[in-house]
Amino acid sequence: MIEADLTIILPEILLSLFAMLALLFGVYTSKDKMAPLLTWATAGVFVLLAAWIGLNGGGDNVAFGGMFHDDAFSRFSKVTILLAAAAVLVMSQDYMERRGLLRFEYPVLVALSTVGMMMMVSAGDLMALYMGLELQSLALYVIASLRRDSLKSTEAGLKYFILGALSSGLLLYGASLVYGYAGTTLFSGIIIAAGDGQMSLGLLFGLVFVISGLAFKISAVPFHMWTPDVYEGSPTPVTAFFATAPKMAAMALFARVLHDAFGGATADWQQILALLSVLSMFLGAIAAIGQRNIKRLMAFSSIAHMGYALIGLVAGTAFGVQAMLVYMAVYLTMNIGTFAFILSLEKDGTPVTDIAALNMYAKREPGKALAMLVLLFSLAGVPPFLGFFAKLGVWQAALDVGMVWLVIASAVASAIGAFYYLRIVYFMYFGDEGEELDRGRSPVLWVFLMGSAAVMLFGVINLFGIEGAAAAAAATLVN
Amino acid sequence: MDNLLSIVTFIPALAALILIVFLRGDEAAANRNAKWLALIATSVTFLVSLFILLQFDSADTGFQFVEERTWIMGLTYKMGVDGISILFVMLTTFMMPLVIAASWDVNTRVKEYMVAFLLLETLILGVFMALDLVLFYLFFEAGLIPMFLIIGIWGGKARIYASFKFFLYTFLGSVLMLVAMVAMYADAGTTDIPTLMTHQFGSASFSVLGIQIVGGLQTLLFLAFFASFAVKMPMWPVHTWLPDAHVQAPTAGSVVLAAILLKMGGYGFLRFSLPMFPVGSDVMTPLVLWMSAIAIVYTSLVALVQADMKKLIAYSSVAHMGYVTMGIFAANQQGIDGAIFQMISHGFISGALFLCVGVIYDRMHTREIDAYGGLVNRMPAYALIFMFFTMANVGLPGTSGFVGEFLVLVGIFQVNTWVALVATSGVILSAAYALWLYRRVVLGDLIKESLRAITDMTRREKAIFAPLVVMTLLLGVYPALVTDIIGPSVEALIADYDIARAEGASLPMLAQN
Repeated sequence: MIEADLTIILPEILLSLFAMLALLFGVYTSKDKMAPLLTWATAGVFVLLAAWIGLNGGGDNVAFGGMFHDDAFSRFSKVTILLAAAAVLVMSQDYMERRGLLRFEYPVLVALSTVGMMMMVSAGDLMALYMGLELQSLALYVIASLRRDSLKSTEAGLKYFILGALSSGLLLYGASLVYGYAGTTLFSGIIIAAGDGQMSLGLLFGLVFVISGLAFKISAVPFHMWTPDVYEGSPTPVTAFFATAPKMAAMALFARVLHDAFGGATADWQQILALLSVLSMFLGAIAAIGQRNIKRLMAFSSIAHMGYALIGLVAGTAFGVQAMLVYMAVYLTMNIGTFAFILSLEKDGTPVTDIAALNMYAKREPGKALAMLVLLFSLAGVPPFLGFFAKLGVWQAALDVGMVWLVIASAVASAIGAFYYLRIVYFMYFGDEGEELDRGRSPVLWVFLMGSAAVMLFGVINLFGIEGAAAAAAATLVN
Repeated sequence: MDNLLSIVTFIPALAALILIVFLRGDEAAANRNAKWLALIATSVTFLVSLFILLQFDSADTGFQFVEERTWIMGLTYKMGVDGISILFVMLTTFMMPLVIAASWDVNTRVKEYMVAFLLLETLILGVFMALDLVLFYLFFEAGLIPMFLIIGIWGGKARIYASFKFFLYTFLGSVLMLVAMVAMYADAGTTDIPTLMTHQFGSASFSVLGIQIVGGLQTLLFLAFFASFAVKMPMWPVHTWLPDAHVQAPTAGSVVLAAILLKMGGYGFLRFSLPMFPVGSDVMTPLVLWMSAIAIVYTSLVALVQADMKKLIAYSSVAHMGYVTMGIFAANQQGIDGAIFQMISHGFISGALFLCVGVIYDRMHTREIDAYGGLVNRMPAYALIFMFFTMANVGLPGTSGFVGEFLVLVGIFQVNTWVALVATSGVILSAAYALWLYRRVVLGDLIKESLRAITDMTRREKAIFAPLVVMTLLLGVYPALVTDIIGPSVEALIADYDIARAEGASLPMLAQN
């Protein structure tokens, strides 16, 4: 029995072992000198695991008495998470090394938080959920303050930690209520207790608190306050990491809790999510207008994008989950490209985050500017780029369940939001002659930027087939 | 060859991709290659589209060359042309090689310039051929991006103001259209345009916030689409982006804007508003007619006092588009035939007029009317061509401008005599501003010192004008070339419209009972 369970969680075990070995290796060799090697090795392990999980797995397996699910949904999420984390690690290597930030702890912490994320998306029990979530979060708190001598970075870490702890508290409180009223922490038990309109008030309270805790992790309004500060304060590669893999994990976890544990009470959580979604879209669109710092701008952009992704969950259907998964995959790709661009912005070797510094960027680096243009229009949801289709998918899901008002609200929000993306285009293409930024020197960043822009452009043809995978994933979750 | 339409649409995009990826080398050579590749690609596109036109059966009022394929996210990729859209496709493919040829002297960022124009052609062709709501929106909206960049990068002094004004005006309009499309999908459950054309959208009156909405859902949908198309058209009073955009855009940009992009609005009315929301259209017809009449008179008067040549022609474009909306909403055979004819002919004439301005702008780098005078002394060929297109713009019989205006006025006279009366005064006003412009720029003595050394048109410039002159004359003396193709489709459109309108007229009564 135990062998079967262990076989199912073998990827997680291997990744944990790798993280610990890497830690030992880092400590016993001459510390930071080995960090670049470790970074590449970790990224390699991520890619290998992603390939293994993606190509090998099949069927719907349950381990440890229902606490751990290995199904198409968790596999889809794990593959995207691992690939995104690998991309961010590869991108950060050069940037961090030149600033003396590349300590060997960095890849180790990223690996540990990735193990946490993999646990999260596979969780079939409130305890397993919390374990995964905390493993992920604790590692993230530390890497937020990786730049130990910077006031902003330590502030970001501390802020993230305190607010994160608060949200974990909310989540735990909700989980304890759910346990109290459902009599079990297993999702398969909760769904029976919460099914078909017989949900007790206590269970409903628990649900609200659990949703609040999770909303914090995806930074949906009104639980978003930490996002701009943490994004701005953390070193840029860490920000890139925050904006990608953990968002996917939290969103997937959100979907799993709602459908696996509270799938019978769709009407109860639909309205809460709709509110979160509308607020996030509008706040993200409006608050970003005043931002000059591109990292803060991306923070608000990610808040808005979480709002759009939530529309898919609001629908409460299999197609909605599918649209959400596609949205997240597109969102991750766009963000990886955008952060590759941000990482390459330097003047005399110091990073630049002011968007006004992009004046006439297109004249000096036409190729990169064009790729960024594609990404920005895609982020804004202007056709014919993939970002538009991602939005279209979630809109369709909402329309199928008759939520026309939500679609209209989000169309308006996206029109408002288009403005600030357009302003970056304005600086790059029409601005006055500005200061000369350094020529991009990292081929790795160039590859990620161009690759991501190409995906936005050519993905329109058939979405690279992820639609089918997402549909299969959604089907295992909602039936 | 069952995917001819896709081939036509994506040849320019393919050429653009080749330019982006493969064009390297030293600047002079790269620029030359970019220009030639763009010219060849647009010419090939034209030839293939000519092939489509030859195979087109004008007696068939349905969609032809239809391609249908399932696509991502449950969407359908569906293209097709009918008698109404085929000529817009032809206009686009015909004008693009001329536009590229007219840009031969561009020297800044040539590669990007050509890429922008090639992509623009793909997107415009897509708009005219798309038979799926989402696909249409995609092309319609994406066309904004290259045009935004064309004005913003290669435009004149106030280009940034103009490009933002252009983008925000049109984007705001299309957001409303998107909302309407969402509502349509929610109501009809499909995004297929031919199916939607036969779908009956609700037309029972209801009240919102105490305001009685006659025609119900149809009127609301009509208004949402109207917001987008009226801005594109542009109709008074939302036309103010056009003069700014025209003045600041480079010559080729102006030509594309006037000759092709403005036609998207008129096409949209014919493809969506009339067939899909007949009751809504019927309710709003008086408003549209009077807006058109005001547009004709008001913008003609404004054109009279312009000091900038491009602005003058831009205002004249708005006036001519007034005839188009008027003809469409007259909703009879002469009116709609005339409107389509006017759009095609305006494509040639206004395109040529902007090219005329471009010719002297390239030499003197000013568009102020006062800076010129007596050009006939140094530029006889130019004077002749400019005169020809001025006359065509005025609507002289024998040119295509006459046929379109005349048909529209005949059509509108049957529907609303007063509007026809007001609109006819626009014919006189257009003669006033166009001839006065011609007198000030071309006639008189050459007294300005700066003009003494101005040279006449080069062979390349003449070659660009030649096809436009031929088309304007040909359509002027033999309009059946156009009306034979559009006739049957327009007839079918009007028949459906009249039936739906008659049904709709009985509905409000039922609702009251």
